[in-house]
Amino acid sequence: MAKRKDNTSPAITKRIKERDAKTLGKLVGLAQSVSKSALSGREPKVEIPTRTKSNTLWNKKRGILEMGDASSDRELFNLNQAKQFMQTMLHASTIKDLIEREKTSSLRGVFYKAKHTVAGTKENTFDRQEESDPILEDLEVTLGSLREELHVFAENRGSMVGNITVTDKGDDIDCRRMGSGGYAMPSIVEPDIIQFKKCEAKFVLHVEKGTVWNRFNEDRFWEEHNCILTHGAGQPPRGCRRLLQRLNQELKLPIICLLDCDPWGHYIYSVIKQGSISLAFESSRLAIPEARFLGIRAKDYDECDLGDSVKIDLTENDIKRANEIAAYPWFESNKQWQREIKGMLDNGFKMEVESLITKDISYVTEEYVPQRLKAKDWLE
Amino acid sequence: MSKKGRRMDAPEVLTPPAPSVASRREADAGDDAARTKRGSPAKVTAETMATKQRDISVSEFFAKNRHLLGFDNPRKALLTTVKEAVDNSLDACEEASILPDITVVIEDLQPDRAAGAKASRYRITVVDNGPGIVRKQVENVFGRLLFGSKFHRLKMSRGQQGIGISAAGMYGLITTGKPMTIQTRPSATKQAHHIELAMNTKTNRAEVTVDEETDDFPLQRLRSLSQARELGDAFLSQGDYPTGTSVTIELEAKYQRGRGSVDEFLELTAIANPHARITLVRPTRITDEEEDAPLIRKGPRAEGRGVSEAEGATGADAASGTTPADAAPPAMTQDLGSIVVFPRAVNELPPETKEIQPHPKGIELGILLQMMKDFEASDRGGTLYTFLQEKFCRVSAGTAADFCKAIGATSRTKVSDIEPAQTELLFKEFQDSKLPPPPTDCLAPIGVQQLLKGMFKGVRAEFYAASSREANVYRGRPFLIETAIAFGGELPTEDTSRVIRFANRVPLLFQQSACSSFKAVSETNWKNYDLQQPRGSVPVGPLVIMIHMASVWVPFTSESKEAIADYDEIRKEMKLALMECGRKLGTYLRKRAKMKREAERRDIFERYIGEVAQAVAAVDGSDAKKVYDALLAQAKKRTAIADLQLDDEGKKVQEEDPADQEGVIVVEPTPDELAAKTAGQTARKPSGIRTKDEDEPALMDVEPVKRLSAKGKAKRERGATKSDKDSKAGKAEKPEARGAGRAASRDDLSDIPGTKQTKAEAAALTINAAQRSGEKIEKPRLRLDPKTGKMRPADDGPKLF
Repeated sequence: MAKRKDNTSPAITKRIKERDAKTLGKLVGLAQSVSKSALSGREPKVEIPTRTKSNTLWNKKRGILEMGDASSDRELFNLNQAKQFMQTMLHASTIKDLIEREKTSSLRGVFYKAKHTVAGTKENTFDRQEESDPILEDLEVTLGSLREELHVFAENRGSMVGNITVTDKGDDIDCRRMGSGGYAMPSIVEPDIIQFKKCEAKFVLHVEKGTVWNRFNEDRFWEEHNCILTHGAGQPPRGCRRLLQRLNQELKLPIICLLDCDPWGHYIYSVIKQGSISLAFESSRLAIPEARFLGIRAKDYDECDLGDSVKIDLTENDIKRANEIAAYPWFESNKQWQREIKGMLDNGFKMEVESLITKDISYVTEEYVPQRLKAKDWLE
Repeated sequence: MSKKGRRMDAPEVLTPPAPSVASRREADAGDDAARTKRGSPAKVTAETMATKQRDISVSEFFAKNRHLLGFDNPRKALLTTVKEAVDNSLDACEEASILPDITVVIEDLQPDRAAGAKASRYRITVVDNGPGIVRKQVENVFGRLLFGSKFHRLKMSRGQQGIGISAAGMYGLITTGKPMTIQTRPSATKQAHHIELAMNTKTNRAEVTVDEETDDFPLQRLRSLSQARELGDAFLSQGDYPTGTSVTIELEAKYQRGRGSVDEFLELTAIANPHARITLVRPTRITDEEEDAPLIRKGPRAEGRGVSEAEGATGADAASGTTPADAAPPAMTQDLGSIVVFPRAVNELPPETKEIQPHPKGIELGILLQMMKDFEASDRGGTLYTFLQEKFCRVSAGTAADFCKAIGATSRTKVSDIEPAQTELLFKEFQDSKLPPPPTDCLAPIGVQQLLKGMFKGVRAEFYAASSREANVYRGRPFLIETAIAFGGELPTEDTSRVIRFANRVPLLFQQSACSSFKAVSETNWKNYDLQQPRGSVPVGPLVIMIHMASVWVPFTSESKEAIADYDEIRKEMKLALMECGRKLGTYLRKRAKMKREAERRDIFERYIGEVAQAVAAVDGSDAKKVYDALLAQAKKRTAIADLQLDDEGKKVQEEDPADQEGVIVVEPTPDELAAKTAGQTARKPSGIRTKDEDEPALMDVEPVKRLSAKGKAKRERGATKSDKDSKAGKAEKPEARGAGRAASRDDLSDIPGTKQTKAEAAALTINAAQRSGEKIEKPRLRLDPKTGKMRPADDGPKLF
C-alpha cells in the first residue's frame, strides 16, 4: 500500500528524522565494533546491560525500579551465546532496514523478517517469536534506544474512553465519541505520535480487563464522574502504561486502579506504580509512583456483604506469590499493603472485580467505586 | 562318570538298536528272552530280582541318555557331532605343533525331503591336517566311550572325558545304522587308512567293518562337491593335508542356522582359535523354519552382496589358502553363502601346555585314598614320603616330611602302612597347609593380541579391547581368565549385548544363564563405562563380550559341557577381567562423546559465522567475505585452543588416546565408507573383501580402517626371552608378541600371593601393514555430524583419534 501522507507536523517529522539518524549511527557503531574485532583478530562481543532482578534497583526516592549498571558480554565464540549473538546481529540489520525505509514493524513482523534457515543447515535463525522479542529488548538497552526509535511496535492492547481529545499522528481523536469499543491505545504513544489536545477529565480510572471496562463504559461512568476510563487487558502493555504515565505527568491526572484482589492484581498495580524488572530501563517513562489502588480489597467481602460465591480459593502458588510481593522493597515498608496482603491471605480466597455483580449488575459502577472515591478509600 | 563294573551274562538288553549285524542278532534273541520272562506272572523274589540286576555298560547308558552328551534333538546332534570332531582335531593339531587347518563338510543326504521335515539325514565330515592316528588306536579313539588321553591327566585341553566323538559315532549308528568312517594318514609318505567302525554298545568296543589302505585322502568325493567349487583346487588340497584325519558320520539331524548352530559354533571357535583356519561347507538345502538368530556378524555381507564380490574374494582366498602362512594377519571371515572360510589370523600356535600333578588342596579324600591305593599297587613298598613328592605338585622334600610328621608317620613309613584315620588326618593337613599355589605353566592363554585378532576377524565393530588375567587357583586347580569386548560398528545398538563364552578355547553355546561367566557379566557395573545396563542384567548396546576360561580342569555344570560352574574365585577373576576391558571401553566412549561435543561446538560457531558476517556487513557496509574469513579463522583458532585441556597448573594436558591403551583396537571408518554413508547407502562395504580385486589380498591395504595399540613394549623383552621355544612353529614373525602374552602365566603364582592387580598382557600388535612397512598412516579427517552422531569427512574437522 502506498504510504499515506500523514498529518504529522513538519517539526515533528524533522525531529523523527534526527532521531532516526541518531539510532542509525548507534546501529552502525554496533556493527562496526563487531567487524573491527573480527578483522583485527579479536573476539567479537556485544556488551548488553543485564535485565535481571539482580541488576534492578529500587529507587526509593523516586519510587520506581531502575536498571543497575551491570552488563554482560554476548560473545560469538561462546557455545551458549553464539546463536543469540547471531540473532542480535540479524535484528540489528532488520532494524536498520526498517529505519532506512521509514517503516515500522510489529514484533512479529520483525521475527518473520529475521527468520530463515541458517545457510547450509536445517536450523532456523529463530524458531519462535518468544526467542525474538527478548533479543529486541536487548538491542533497546544495548543501543539505549527505545522501541519506537527502532521502528518496532507491539500489538495494540487496551482501550480508552473519557473526557479527552488526543491527536494521533495528526488525527484528532475524541475519546468521548468512541462508541462501545473505545480508542485502542497504540503501542507507541510518544509525544511525536500522540498529543493531548483537550482534556476535562479529573482522573483516570484504570481497570484490569476489558469486561469490567465494558461495564463502566456502558454505564457511562466516565461521563458521570468526569474521568478517563482505561483497561490494559490484564498486565498492561508498554503503550498503555506509557499513556497513563503521560496523562499523570503531563495532565496531572491521578491514576486510580481497580484490579482483582489476588496476587496477580497486586502485581499489576506494582508494575504500573514502579515498573517491571525486565523493562526497568524504561521505568522513568513508564512508572507512575502516584498510582492508587482502589480495590478490590480484602476487607470487601465483609464490608460489601458479599456472598460465598465470590470466593476463589488461593492456591499454593498464589500464597507463595503473595508472600513474594509482600517482600518487595516497595511493599515491605508499606504498612497498608502489608495489611492488605495479610488480609487476603487470612481470608484464604481471592475475589475478582466481576464478582461484585453478585450484588447487582451495576453495583460496581453505581455504588462501589463512587463510594470508595468519595471516601478516598484507596491504597497507595 | 563312573567306572565300568563287572559284566554279567544275563541276556536282557536295555538298548534297542545294536550296531553290527552279528550283535543285532544277539540283541534280538535277548529281546525275545526278556519278553517271555515278563510274560510269566512269576512272583518276584530276591532271586528273580537278582537275575535282572546287572551291570550297565557305559555305552548303553549313554545310548539311552543321549541328552547328557548333547544329542537331545536333531539340531543339537549335528552341532555336537561337529563340535566333538573339531575339538579333537584342534587338540591333535596343537599337540603335534601343526597349525590347524580344519574343513567341516555337511552333506545333505535327503535334499528332496518334505519341507516340514523335523530332521533329515546328513553326512558330516571333518577333515584336519593333524598328525593322524596310528592304526591300532583307531578303534579305541573312535569306538569307545571314556577312552582318551585327556581324562587321566591335569592338562589344559579341549576335550576331557573322551566321550565326545565316540558318542557321536554311536548316535549316527543308532539313527542311521551307518558306521562311522575314519580316514587317517599318520605319515605323509604312506597310504592312508580307511576304516569303518561300528560301535558295540554292550562291550564298549568298536567293531571294524572295513579296514583298507587308500590314497584317497582327503576324500576326492568332498573335493568335487559343487558348493566348494568356488575355492577351486585350494579346497582340501593334499598339500594342505599331508597328514591328518577325517571322520565321517551319517546321522539324523537338522541343519539350521542361528543361535546354537554349527555356523555359530565355528564362528566362535574361529574367534578363540585365531591360529586355526576353518572352512565350513554348508549343505545344499537349509531348513529355515525359524528366523536366523542374529549371529555376531550377519551383516550386509551375509546378505550376499553380489556375486562378483564373492568371486573376487574367492580367488584371493584361494591364493592365500595355498600358502596359509602368508595370509595377512587381520583376516576377516568370508561368508560365501554355501561355504564359509574362517581364515587364520595368527601364525603362532598356542604355547604348549604342561601336564601337572594334582595340588594337595585340590583333591578329595576319596581320590587321595585311590591315589594311595594306585601308588601301592604300582610301587610296592613305596613310602608316603616319596608318594607325596611324586604324586603332587608343590610338595617339596621338606613339606613331605612335615606332612609325614603331622600324621605321626616318618619319612620311611610305607604307604601300605598308613591307617585310614591317618589318611583322613593327612587330608585335613592338606587343607590347612600353607602351600604355594599350583604352577601355572600348564595354562595357555589365548593372549591379548590373539584375542584382539580373533575378535577383529569375527566381529565387525569399531572398538576392541582385550585383557588376559594372570592365573589363579580354584580348588587347587589353576585357571586363567581372559576377556575381550567388541563395541559399536555394525553390532545392533538396541539389543542386549552378546556374551560369548569359551572354556579352553571351546565355545559354550547353551545354558548361558547358568554359567558363571554370564553372572560375572551381569554383576559387573557397566554403567561405570558409559553403557546402559538394566538392573541385574547384561548391558544393552552394540557390544560383544567374550569370556575365556583356561584351566586344567574346567568345572562344567554338566556332562554336556555347556556352562561353567559358579566358583567364587572364578567369577571374581572374570569380573576383574571384564572391568579391565570395561575401563578401556569407557575411555574410548568418553573420548568419543567428547569428540562429538567438540565437533558440535565447532559446528555451531561455523554455522553462525556466515549469518553474522552478512548481517554485520548489511549494517556497517563492511566486506562480508572478509569478515567471514576473519571470523572463520578465529573460530578455528578458538576451538583449537578449547581442545587443549589445561591442568590445574595451566599446562597442557596430553590427552590419553584410547587407541594408545594396551590391548585395544580402534577402527576408523575409511573415507570411502564415510562417503558411502553420507551418500545414503545403507550397505557398508566390507573392507576385507573390497580390496580383493587388487593384486594382493592384503587386507590392511585399506589402511585407515584400523590402528592397533603399539604399547606394551616394556613387556616385550621379558616375553621374548621366554618365547624362544614357543616359536617352534617357525612361522612366528614376532615371537615376542606371543611371548609377552604368556609371560605372566609362566610366572609362578607364588611370586604374587593373593594377586589382585594384573596387567593387561598387551604386546605390540603387528597387524598394521602400514606400520610394518614403516610408513606413517595418513589418518582420515573426520567430523561427527552432530545431528546423526555419525562421522563424516571434513577438510578441517577434528581428527578422530
